[in-house]
Amino acid sequence: MSLRPPRHRVSRTAIRYWRVRALIGWLVVVVAQLLWLLLADDGHGGLHAAALGATALVGLAHVIVMPQWRYNVHRWEMAPQAVYTRAGWLHQESRIAPISRIQTVDSERGPLAQLFGLADVTVTTASAAGPLSIEGLDRATAERLVDDLTTAAQATRGDAT
Amino acid sequence: MTEADAGAWRRLDRRMLLIHPVQELPRAVPALLAAFVAGSGSGRGALWSAAALVITMLFAFSRWFTTRYRLTDDRVEVGTGLFQRRVRAVSRDRIRTVDVTARAMHRVLGLVRVDVGTGRSDREGGGAVRLDGLTAAEAAGLREQLLHSREQAPAATAGEPAPAEDPETELARLDPGWVRYTPFTLSGVVSVGVAVGFLANLASEAHFDPERSGPLRHLAHQLDRAPVALTAAALTLLWLVAVVVASTVGYALAFWDFRLTRHRGGTLHVSRGLITTRSVTIEERRLHGAEISEPLLLRMVAGARLIAIATGLRVGLGAERGGSLLVPPAARAEVLRVAGEVIGSSAPMTCPLTEHGPRARRRRHTRALGGWALLAAALAILHWAAGGPAWLLAAALVLLPVAAALAADRYRSLGHAIADTRLVVRSGSLVRRRCVVSAEGIIGWNVERSFFQRRAGLATLTATTAAGQQHYDVQDVELGEALRVAEELVPGLARPFLEVRASPEGRMQETRPPGTP
Repeated sequence: MSLRPPRHRVSRTAIRYWRVRALIGWLVVVVAQLLWLLLADDGHGGLHAAALGATALVGLAHVIVMPQWRYNVHRWEMAPQAVYTRAGWLHQESRIAPISRIQTVDSERGPLAQLFGLADVTVTTASAAGPLSIEGLDRATAERLVDDLTTAAQATRGDAT
Repeated sequence: MTEADAGAWRRLDRRMLLIHPVQELPRAVPALLAAFVAGSGSGRGALWSAAALVITMLFAFSRWFTTRYRLTDDRVEVGTGLFQRRVRAVSRDRIRTVDVTARAMHRVLGLVRVDVGTGRSDREGGGAVRLDGLTAAEAAGLREQLLHSREQAPAATAGEPAPAEDPETELARLDPGWVRYTPFTLSGVVSVGVAVGFLANLASEAHFDPERSGPLRHLAHQLDRAPVALTAAALTLLWLVAVVVASTVGYALAFWDFRLTRHRGGTLHVSRGLITTRSVTIEERRLHGAEISEPLLLRMVAGARLIAIATGLRVGLGAERGGSLLVPPAARAEVLRVAGEVIGSSAPMTCPLTEHGPRARRRRHTRALGGWALLAAALAILHWAAGGPAWLLAAALVLLPVAAALAADRYRSLGHAIADTRLVVRSGSLVRRRCVVSAEGIIGWNVERSFFQRRAGLATLTATTAAGQQHYDVQDVELGEALRVAEELVPGLARPFLEVRASPEGRMQETRPPGTP
């Protein structure tokens, strides 16, 4: 027996979004290291340069490999009784929560996600360990999903606390 | 309190006017010191600090004047604040636990502090209601009304004594013999450490030199002349005695007069404490299971503790502080018996567990040894390349077998089972925990697979719940077994998402058009 992947992929735009987000993260690190290399005159210039090179290499690999991999993994599905999501890339996690246990449904758009027209949807249950989040949906899908989930959750009561 | 005055705003007991200033004083010490220092420049230090003291006192008194509470048919409301009024309302059907604490000063005055826990109080204090300063009788009445009045017939008025039959049955009570388990808990070691640290700090603050103190110097000279082995033995003995004494005193303080009872109204009740008394009432409907926790030392002497898995009880560091402790360190057999009675079934506590197999065992070893090996390698490189300290490397190498032993023990602990519609999971070595969670308390499944777990065909199945630690993990179990467990416990939840691996085209067969929720 195994878990089949959830039915729907997230938006294709999410690949570019993840790539840009990772790039920004690595740029911050690289710039910090560059400044350290240029400003600190401690005679360890070679060591600094090596560290910078390593960071650039790891960062480049991450930026190239991660987004497509993530896109292949990230999926979601809303069944009549349950919500099912899968996320991650190296470390993958599938989560299943019954619709009847849903407490809140949030839709969130960060500044960068807005540029790409994307939104995240997070479904929480009464457990602090079980929020399901779907990252990188296009805005229309996100809105529809939030609507569907809220309506479905309202039809049931009780949160098993 | 009777039903007649329900709905009226009430104040805390007047005697809190004595307690509030004492409670407020330690918090105001920095301000008082600042006032004294600032004022001493103008030569009126005493005047300034007196003024600050008066303000502190007024502020403390204001807490009593501004705090009100009331109990309506469907809510408990507490209003606080002088300038910024705040009313916190908790719906009565959300109340899961009532926690009554009385510290020394409260007890002298016959007062208690009441914490009302809701399903969410375990998260950042949200939703919890605290009434600091009711009389013990008021608190008992409040607890009765909040947790027991729902099931009982309204005819039974709170004023009259209950029917002759005792509504409580005792499940466990303190056995003085349990005290022999306390030296094997960390509490004694920690308190001795704290005491020694405190004394050392005090000595250095006071510029106290042990060399200059007559008796200590005498002692030091005695030790100088004695053989090293003897000195070490004496010090170890001294330390052991200190640990035993400290832990015994701690045990007595915390668990004196410990009683675990079941009330007919559907609650469990834990009361304990010598100076600070604590009494926690848990609604049984919200009790989703129990955890038997066996720290390594305690496990060696066949001892264990019992912790409730319930919503509305704070979790995290020190479950004992959070009030979810059901049985203090005691004989394992007794803990198992009580656990069986508490959850109403003894099978989950004693049933054999399914092992997780050789791949899980290998993972335990690679994870425990891999880290150490990397550390040792790094230290070795450091030693030979940069002249790092050799003893660190030696220590890392010596500890390698310890890590291996730990890994072996961690694997031995690992196991899971389904018994009596409850999930049973066990893991851990330094603290081995056997957690039993009822199926109706489980509100979701997470299946986690790291890169290496996927290569080994393993997964970590997490049952999410609103109770206790919020999540209970079946570590490194075969994916198929994980899904079987999930499906058997909560039938139907995961079924739409399962597939039988055998036929590769099975993946395509049952696909409906996308977008059909």
